[in-house]
Amino acid sequence: MNNLARIRERRENRNRWLLLTPALVILIFAASGPLLITLVYSFLTAGDYGGVKWEFSTDAWFNVFFQRDIFDDTLSFADAHLSIFWRSVKLSLLTTLGAVVLGFPTAYFIATRPKHHRDFWMLLIMIPFWTNLLIRTFAVMELIRNEGTLNTFLMTIGVIDAPLQILFTETAIIIGMLYVYLPLMVLPLYASMERLDFSLIEAGYDLYASRVSVLRRIILPLVKPGLIAGSILVFVPSLGAYVTPRVMGGGKQLMLGNLIELQFGQGRNWPLGAALSITLLAIVMVALLFYVRVAGREGGGHG
Amino acid sequence: MASDTGFDVKRQYGFSTIAVICFVSLYLPVILLVVYSFNAGSSVAIWEGFSLQWYRSAWANDQVQDATIRSLVIAFWAALISTSVAVLAALATTRVRRFRGYSAVFAAINQPLMVPEIVTAVALLIFFAGIKVQTGYTGLGYLILAHSAFCIPFAYLPIRARLQGMDLTLEQAAADLYASSFQVFRRITLPQLWPGILAGAMLAFVISLDDVVITEFVKSAGQDTLPTYMLGQLRRVVTPEVNAISTVLLALSVTMVIAFFFVTRIRK
Repeated sequence: MNNLARIRERRENRNRWLLLTPALVILIFAASGPLLITLVYSFLTAGDYGGVKWEFSTDAWFNVFFQRDIFDDTLSFADAHLSIFWRSVKLSLLTTLGAVVLGFPTAYFIATRPKHHRDFWMLLIMIPFWTNLLIRTFAVMELIRNEGTLNTFLMTIGVIDAPLQILFTETAIIIGMLYVYLPLMVLPLYASMERLDFSLIEAGYDLYASRVSVLRRIILPLVKPGLIAGSILVFVPSLGAYVTPRVMGGGKQLMLGNLIELQFGQGRNWPLGAALSITLLAIVMVALLFYVRVAGREGGGHG
Repeated sequence: MASDTGFDVKRQYGFSTIAVICFVSLYLPVILLVVYSFNAGSSVAIWEGFSLQWYRSAWANDQVQDATIRSLVIAFWAALISTSVAVLAALATTRVRRFRGYSAVFAAINQPLMVPEIVTAVALLIFFAGIKVQTGYTGLGYLILAHSAFCIPFAYLPIRARLQGMDLTLEQAAADLYASSFQVFRRITLPQLWPGILAGAMLAFVISLDDVVITEFVKSAGQDTLPTYMLGQLRRVVTPEVNAISTVLLALSVTMVIAFFFVTRIRK
C-alpha cells in the first residue's frame, strides 16, 4: 500500500513537470534567461560600435553613478544620470500622489453605489486600462498639444492669446502617466473599500464625529492596505515607463526607460544600458516585495 | 443606509464630484480622438465636417496594411501558443497539493507582469541579437516567441481562476467509472474549462496586439506592427490618419474586453 502510494505520487510528480515544461521553456527562452544574460552583459566591456567585448569590467556599474573627468581623472557623481534618476523618482511620486487624490474618491464613489451597479462602474474604469497604452497616451497628447483641442478651445473663448506649452514638459509626462495608470490605483482601493463595514462609520457619527474625522480616523486606517497596494501598483510602472515619457516628453525630458534605450541606440554602450536595466529592476523588485507583504497582510487580517 | 433623519453615513463631501471628473477625463481624450478620426479637414483639433477620407487613406497606405497583417499574425500565434501552454501549466498548478518548486514556477509564470517592460525589452534585444548573428534568421519568430512569453500570465490567470472554481467530484466520479485520465480531461475537465480558455486567449490576443515596447526593441528592420508604426509616425505632423488607425485598434480591444468580461461570468 505504501509502495503503491509512492509510485502514484512519483507518477503525479512526473506528469506535473511534463505539463509545466512547454510554459517553462518559453519563459526561460524569452523572459528569465535573457535577464540573466543582461546581468552578465553589465559586467562586460562596451564594443566600439555597439555590442560588447568579452572582457570583464565593472566600468558600466561605476558609470551608473560616477563619472571620471577625461582631463584630470577626478571623480564626480554622474550628474546626467543622477538627474534622470531623480526626475524618474520625482515624476513617479507625483503621479502616485495625483492618482491617490483622484483615485481615492473615485473608488469610494464606486464602493458606495448599490451592489448591482458597482460592476458597471468598475467596468468603466477597466475598459481604458485594457486598451492600448500608446493610443491612450496619444489621445492625451492630441488634447494638450499647442494646436490641440484644449489650447484651441481656450484661445477661441479668449482666455489665452498664445497656446500654453504643456506638451514636452514634465507636467505633460505626469498628466500622461496619471491618465494611463489611474485604474491601477482604483482597483485595489475599491477592493478594500467594498468590504468597508459601514456600521463602524455609523458608530463614529453617533459619537458626534465630523465627516472629516470619520474619513481620517475610520475609513483611512481601514483601507490603508488598499492605498499602499494602489500606490505601489502606480509607482512601479511609472518608474519604468518608456512610451509615455517618450511621447509626452518629446525626447527632451528623459526618464530611466529612455536613458536605458539611449544606451542601445545613439549611446552605443550596451553594458551601461544593461547595468541601468538591472538597477531599475532591483528598485522595482524591492517595491514589489513590499507590495506582496502588504497584500499578504490584507488577506489575513482586517475586519 | 440612510437613517430616518436623511443623514447619509456614506457621504463624503466632494468625492462624487471628483469621481465624475475622473470618469469624464478618462473618456474625453479617447472620445475626441475617435471624433476627429472622422474629420474632413487635416486638423485633429478643428472640426471641418464629417468624412471617412482618413480611413480610406489609412487603408490605401501599404505600410499600414503590412503592419496590420503583421500585428494580427503575431497576436494570433502568440495567443494560440501562450494559451495552450497556459492550460497545461494551470492544470499542473491548480487544485493540487503544494509541491516542491511551486513558488518558483508561479514566480516564473508571472515574471512578465513584474519585470518592467523596458527591462525585458532590452534583455530580449541582447539575447536575440546574439542569436541573429549566430543563425542569420531574422524572421517573425523572435516577435512571436517574445509575445508568447509575456502573454502567458494573461492567459494563465483566467484559466486558473476558472479551474479553482470547478469542483473535483465530477472528475473523481469519472475516474471511479474507469475513465482514463485523458478521457477525464477531454470529456469532463475541458468542457467546463473552455470559458476560461476562451477568456485567456482573448486577453493574450489583446495584450499582444497592444504591445509597443518589447516589439520596438525586438523587431528587425521592416517588421513594424501597428503600434510601433504609430509610434514612428508621432514624430511627424499628426494627421487624423493616425486617429483612424487608433480608432480601429480601440474598437477591436474594447470589443474583446467586453466579450472577456461576459465570458468570465458564464456560470460554472
